Amino acid sequence: MRKQVGQHESVKHDARGIARVALGVVAASFLFGFAMVPLYRIACEQVLGIKLSEGAVSAAEASSMQVDPSRTVVVEFMTSVNSKLPWAFKAEKTRVEVHPGELTEVWFDATNQSAQAIVGNAVPSVAPSAASAFFNKTECFCFTEQVLAGGETRRMPVRFIVDPQLPQGTHTLTLSYTFYANELATRNLALVNPSVDGIAKN
Amino acid sequence: MAHAAVHDTHHDAHDHKPQGFLHRWLFTTNHKDIGTLYLVFSMLMFFVGGSMAMIIRAELFEPGMQLVRPEFFNEMTSVHALVMIFGAVMPAFVGLGNWMIPMQIGAPDMALPRMNNWSFWILPFAFTLLLSSLFMPGAGPQGGWTLYPPLSLQGGNSVAFVIFAIHMMGISSIMGAINIIATILNMRAPGMDLLKMPIFVWSWLITAFLLIAVMPVLAGAVTMLLTDKYFGTSFFNAAGGGDPVMYQHIFWFFGHPEVYIMILPAFGIVSEIIPTFARKPLFGYQAMIYAIASIAFLSFIVWAHHMFTVGMPLGGELYFMYATMLIAIPTGVKVFNWVTTMWEGSMTFETPMLFAIAFVILFTIGGFSGLMLAIVPADFQYHDTYFVVAHFHYVLVTGAIFAIMASVYYWLPKWCGNMYSERWGKIHFWMSVISVNVLFFPQHFLGLAGMPRRIPDYNVAFADFNMISSIGGFWFGASQLLFVGVVIHAVYFSKKRAQARVWEGARGLEWTVPSPAPHHTFSEPPVIDNSQLAHGDVTH
Amino acid sequence: MRRALAAPALMVLGMFAHQVAMANPEPWQLNMPKGVTVTSNEVHDIHMIVLWICVAIGVVVFGLMFVAMFRFRKSKGAVAATWDHSTKLEAIWTIIPILILIGSAWPATTLLLRMADTSGSEMTVKVTGYQWKWRYEYVDFFGKDPGINFVSSLEAQSNRARQLGSGIDPASIQVDGVSTYLLDVDKPLVLPTGVKIRFVFTADDVIHAWWVPSLGWKQDAIPGIINSAWTEISQPGTYRGQCAELCGRDHGFMPIVVKAVPKAEFEQWMTAQAPAPAPAPAPAEPAPAEPAPATATTNAPTTAPQG
Repeated sequence: MRKQVGQHESVKHDARGIARVALGVVAASFLFGFAMVPLYRIACEQVLGIKLSEGAVSAAEASSMQVDPSRTVVVEFMTSVNSKLPWAFKAEKTRVEVHPGELTEVWFDATNQSAQAIVGNAVPSVAPSAASAFFNKTECFCFTEQVLAGGETRRMPVRFIVDPQLPQGTHTLTLSYTFYANELATRNLALVNPSVDGIAKN
Repeated sequence: MAHAAVHDTHHDAHDHKPQGFLHRWLFTTNHKDIGTLYLVFSMLMFFVGGSMAMIIRAELFEPGMQLVRPEFFNEMTSVHALVMIFGAVMPAFVGLGNWMIPMQIGAPDMALPRMNNWSFWILPFAFTLLLSSLFMPGAGPQGGWTLYPPLSLQGGNSVAFVIFAIHMMGISSIMGAINIIATILNMRAPGMDLLKMPIFVWSWLITAFLLIAVMPVLAGAVTMLLTDKYFGTSFFNAAGGGDPVMYQHIFWFFGHPEVYIMILPAFGIVSEIIPTFARKPLFGYQAMIYAIASIAFLSFIVWAHHMFTVGMPLGGELYFMYATMLIAIPTGVKVFNWVTTMWEGSMTFETPMLFAIAFVILFTIGGFSGLMLAIVPADFQYHDTYFVVAHFHYVLVTGAIFAIMASVYYWLPKWCGNMYSERWGKIHFWMSVISVNVLFFPQHFLGLAGMPRRIPDYNVAFADFNMISSIGGFWFGASQLLFVGVVIHAVYFSKKRAQARVWEGARGLEWTVPSPAPHHTFSEPPVIDNSQLAHGDVTH
Repeated sequence: MRRALAAPALMVLGMFAHQVAMANPEPWQLNMPKGVTVTSNEVHDIHMIVLWICVAIGVVVFGLMFVAMFRFRKSKGAVAATWDHSTKLEAIWTIIPILILIGSAWPATTLLLRMADTSGSEMTVKVTGYQWKWRYEYVDFFGKDPGINFVSSLEAQSNRARQLGSGIDPASIQVDGVSTYLLDVDKPLVLPTGVKIRFVFTADDVIHAWWVPSLGWKQDAIPGIINSAWTEISQPGTYRGQCAELCGRDHGFMPIVVKAVPKAEFEQWMTAQAPAPAPAPAPAEPAPAEPAPATATTNAPTTAPQG
């Protein structure tokens, strides 16, 4: 195990080489980690055909769908408010019947029952879960923060199209919204603009 | 072979064993000492986790809340699981690997001895962190060992302690796994081909790859929990657009391979012990290796069978059901091969063999309930009930822990040079095997009758079987004190010296060194003699 | 008024509870209940099929093992053979399990397809899990919104008895001679028999799971996410269950009670429950028992029945 002088140099040299390779591996892993997002996007959207974005479907995409008048699907609307948020929230209609491919508009009402301005975020969910890929929203209040002053009521539209490729066995879809308090945004709101604070006005 | 043995005996005289307690144990880089440390630590944690189980069973002895508050009960169930999994079962296997792998492949030590020291000495600190959370204001973890959000995030700052403890355990496991892979792939004695390795070494090689693959996943999952709690992220927070179910997917992507991390080395141990006491070579050596490898592969693609009730799409449920059922095939091959190894053997029933046979029967019962749990419509009834509790205790207690006990009885004479008391070993075995069934078998009935798991109190209808189960629990717990007694007696008091080849039918390099194994073995590589190996003939 | 109606109904149902075999857990119960729906019976059947398959395999494997242990012991002079593999044998015990697995996967698949099919339901109930109680909202009954919405939590007697050191004997809490300790609520979920009922599950705080063994399944209730399941109860009766997902301190103390009554009786109950038709936009609270989750909504009597 005793090293000779000549070997000592080469060991040192080896160590530097290993360090260089190791650093290279670290850099490559880091880049690979960053590449995951675009790679997954390509894999899902181009290869597997899975819709990733929760955002609105573009108008062009929406108009390209053929209305299928032979089929009727019941869409139910469910509303919940998290117990930390003093709002009332309900759908104007609890159910509508639509033809796949048809653009439908429904309205929801949210009321801030407290005296303060509060920011809320709506979280959508579709049941059965397998059908959520076929439920396209072109307009939805769930994409943005909703600011309601104390006592304010707001009517909010949702426009959606049920994809005509919805599996044949599915007859009922449930669209659920749950409103949660956005505590961070509410706090910032009070800091930036105390005048919107409901208490100040009263 | 004889040369190596003589060399080692000679070596033993001036052993290079470091002097002084701290110097020997704290700074050790010797695989045998580190193996001992792991095993002692594991035993300690087994009793820490076991005493929590005693509290659980005492509260469940009869209906009504008699002893503890529900919060404390939840802490007990959560920490019992974490301690048993990460503190008792996994370190025990790493300790056995440390002790036996170099000796079984003819290596002088582990490939990375300093890292070996480090990976052990992280553990006491990790468990101090974890267990100290029990004494903190705001109490310890109460959300189950799976730490499902949002519940686990409702806890106090113990969440951070638990997460850091898990990070440290993960680092320790990954370093241990790297060490084992490096040792097996680089340190084999000349002539010890991969397909001549003992099956215990094979099972550890595959397990080590599983560990490296999944421990980072767990670390990632719990780190996301940490940032959700303290840094305002919303990975799993529905209010911020996150998905609580995503945590379960990530967790079980770790969790299912983890289950096999705790059973594959047990398969290896049992495949060592049964041929020894049947005095007949293991049936289907290569099939056994392929079976372990396929179980390891399947473990990565079945994770969501732990969460059939979260509302997955139908296609997902069907896929995970079929994939899970597939595991029964390689597992079945293993069980049939063990039975066939016994067939036409010449069997004796010393304590290690008794534990190995109990393993085969009781693990198979756990496998049966596992197959039942794979059937999705039936799982809708079984899920999160005592049926599941019975299932995983059959595979982990009568599976993993029985295998660990079998291996301790099997190799203890090699480690300490003395025979244990066969009489008390057998008493320990019969006490354990009867009480463990009294403890866990009635839990199947409770689950089927409708008792959910993780509840501190229950309806009067569940009273009878719970009482039986608790009696079995206390009995099983007390029986393990016998185990400690047998081990201490063998190490310090037994007068009966062990021979180099402790068991008549034993094959393999570890039996060619004297008992006790000297501090340094195979400082010069042994000459491999195929007839001395369990699987010397590579055509099999 | 509600009470007056409920009392005699409860008595009738109490009688039923005895006749329905194993609708609720019984002392020394060994097996899964058959339940009171078509699917729960099928779940029970498939459970029994797989159980007997396992028992059969176990008898063969363990039988051979014990034969080996008695015949091939050294003390009887057995001499070890040296054979150590047989490709034929190994092929056999790879293929036979595959066939058995396919045989049991087939009925499981067809049953799962039926259980997942919520179409054709005539009634929708929304179930929301809270720490540690359930909220039931009757969302839809034959295309109409019944506007019924209440919270159901552990009944007071059990709640007193389950406190640490309460000194109350849990066995003393009974309804018609059957222990209801921890399995009774202040306000049960009343459902009609013979109607396909769709449930929609969600939760407010943490994950819960809604489980009534007699219905044959459980379903997780997850914050922000909705899940659905269905049932069609064939026999009137009281069916008890519990939360099945660890949800914190009182996880063991949030039972579920389903009271199934004939459809006509259910309609009567519904009219008795529904508040006087309120003006549409009023955000007034319906009349729930609990003030705690103060903002759950959905008393929206402004339905536009479409079909």
